[in-house]
Amino acid sequence: MKRVTTVRGKAIPLNRANVDTDQIIPARYLKRVERTGYGPFAFEAWRKDPGFVLNDKRYEGAPILLARQNFGSGSSREHAVWALEGMGVQAVIAPSFADIFRNNAFQGGLLTVELPDEDIDYLVARAEELPSAEVVVDLESQTVRTADGGWERRFEIDPFRKYRLMRGLDDISMTLEYEADVAAFEARRPGFMPTTLP
Amino acid sequence: MAEPMTLSEKIWEAHVVPSPQQEQARRAALVESGVTDERLLEERADLLYIDLHLVHEVTSAQAFEGLRMSGRKVRRPDLTIATADHNVPTADRDKPWPDPLSIQQVDVLSANVHEAAIPYFGVDDMRQGIVHVIGPEQGLSQPGMTIVCGDSHTSTHGALGALAFGIGTSEVEHVLATQTLRQARPGTMAVEVNGRLGRGITAKDVILAIINRIGVGGGTGHVIEYRGEVIRSLSIEGRMTVCNMSIEAGARAGMVAPDEKTFAYLEGRPYAPKGKEWEKALDYWRSLPTEEGAAFDRIVTLQGEAIEPFVTWGVNPGHSIEVTGRVPDPDSFEAPAARDLARRALTYMNLKAGTPIQEIALDRVFIGSCTNSRIEDLRAAAAVVRGKKVSSRLRAMVVPGSGLVKAQAEREGLDKVFLDAGFEWRDAGCSMCLGMNPDILMPGERCASTSNRNFEGRQGPGGRTHLVSPEMAAAAALAGHFVDVREVLR
Repeated sequence: MKRVTTVRGKAIPLNRANVDTDQIIPARYLKRVERTGYGPFAFEAWRKDPGFVLNDKRYEGAPILLARQNFGSGSSREHAVWALEGMGVQAVIAPSFADIFRNNAFQGGLLTVELPDEDIDYLVARAEELPSAEVVVDLESQTVRTADGGWERRFEIDPFRKYRLMRGLDDISMTLEYEADVAAFEARRPGFMPTTLP
Repeated sequence: MAEPMTLSEKIWEAHVVPSPQQEQARRAALVESGVTDERLLEERADLLYIDLHLVHEVTSAQAFEGLRMSGRKVRRPDLTIATADHNVPTADRDKPWPDPLSIQQVDVLSANVHEAAIPYFGVDDMRQGIVHVIGPEQGLSQPGMTIVCGDSHTSTHGALGALAFGIGTSEVEHVLATQTLRQARPGTMAVEVNGRLGRGITAKDVILAIINRIGVGGGTGHVIEYRGEVIRSLSIEGRMTVCNMSIEAGARAGMVAPDEKTFAYLEGRPYAPKGKEWEKALDYWRSLPTEEGAAFDRIVTLQGEAIEPFVTWGVNPGHSIEVTGRVPDPDSFEAPAARDLARRALTYMNLKAGTPIQEIALDRVFIGSCTNSRIEDLRAAAAVVRGKKVSSRLRAMVVPGSGLVKAQAEREGLDKVFLDAGFEWRDAGCSMCLGMNPDILMPGERCASTSNRNFEGRQGPGGRTHLVSPEMAAAAALAGHFVDVREVLR
């Protein structure tokens, strides 16, 4: 897992609700067997509109995305996280996230930060007015602040998730510490549970 | 006495791997070995054992690659099963597939499952089909199980009384390596549908009505248990349609308590328990339903009599209205974000506010997907089209959910009913649900679809999707525009 501590940079005021994973990365680009190479296809349909915020050069290279509620809804495709990371996004700030997307983001080290709508209002207005203004997402202190220090909000995150993100710990190796418990669980599983063997 | 528990809580509890004693011992051992305090942080998520892992070609390649890179093996190939469904063409399969990337993805799956000795229903297998159709069809999805798949519509299997949910590729890798998954405990939510459904009203209309009520984020963080007379009256396949779309309300999973219908559905299926094991399984399954007095975090109630055939007009499954209604005015939405979304939705869908739903003309009709491609769906659609003709203005297709559904339909002569009416009769797969195989909409085409998502571009770039039941799709295919299927059935 990727180690994450601080994300600092410009913020893209995407400012849309229910952004689904088919918009983030359409299904026809899910045929790759690698984890990389999805960035160029992110938000492909919306990018066809010249006025779409991601076509605005002023936000080029921005690592923070500002969105509205239920971000990442729909499909379980982790390719959505890989696509966002491929376009340079390292943190998404929204009032709420779809469950599977949030889990996938955690696995990829993409920060999902929940802030209430009025804070998103502020950050969006600021990003629209001053596209070069930087925002800092700091995992250690669990805060989002403007780089000038004039505005700061705290966000919540599961402490164990924070611990793993900050150290880049591999989930699978942590679970493998439970080998004896898993084996004991398997020994007591009922015999009527099916196997997939022919 | 222990607190009364809900169905989902019972299954959850029964699958937490380390017992509290084991967890305590593990922590004590960590302290003993001089581990820092931080490492002992209270883990809020539970480590769950996974009884069945369904694998398909789109979300697994990177997981197998991850295992190889870290020198890990698949722990329980005997609790894992694979099929190819998202990429497969649904016609001319014996000819070379048009997209080399699709061929590669299915070849990679085939090689991976072969190497790991995972049972595989490949494209040439009669049992191949949409992963959420074949699990229940084979009797692999049973009450009280934990079932995962790298696909958000895994909630379908909850219709059998299983706790089933979609996961991402990193989690697929975790399950392959450990047969477990770390998951935060979800909230519990009851959706009760009381009373009775009117004629022509289907499971699809029930779930669209539910999503219309609670919204596309209304179930986030929760497992929904569908309850009430209407849910009990649905067949197991109807319950699958309802549970399938739980994710469209944002829910972690959807489920229905097992009952005699569930047991009758399972008995005799290839992977269902037999003999003495069947009796033991029945005892367990009967212990699962939510106990009297168990508390849900949220309860939502609908009345069956009030549910009408639904049609979506916008760009998410919550954007729906009764077939007797009109395309809504975006200004009628209170929240600014919802208003903005409705406006963009009407532009994308090329619809004017106030247009009667039944005046919306169609170019395509798609009957299929993990939501509505089972034998009962095909029977219901065939009953509407029997002896009639598809409108000359549109192209209509039926895509059975599995090779076995297709064979069953052909035994019943349903293929002939559809072909005579002018429908295409195709091979099993995800087909036009998601635009990653040759079955797609052309830009601007408008489709009545029995699938589950009307997101922008979902069925192909620029395509316009309206979600409906199989009966409504069939009736629309005949008329060339939406009609109230109740009028057709009268």
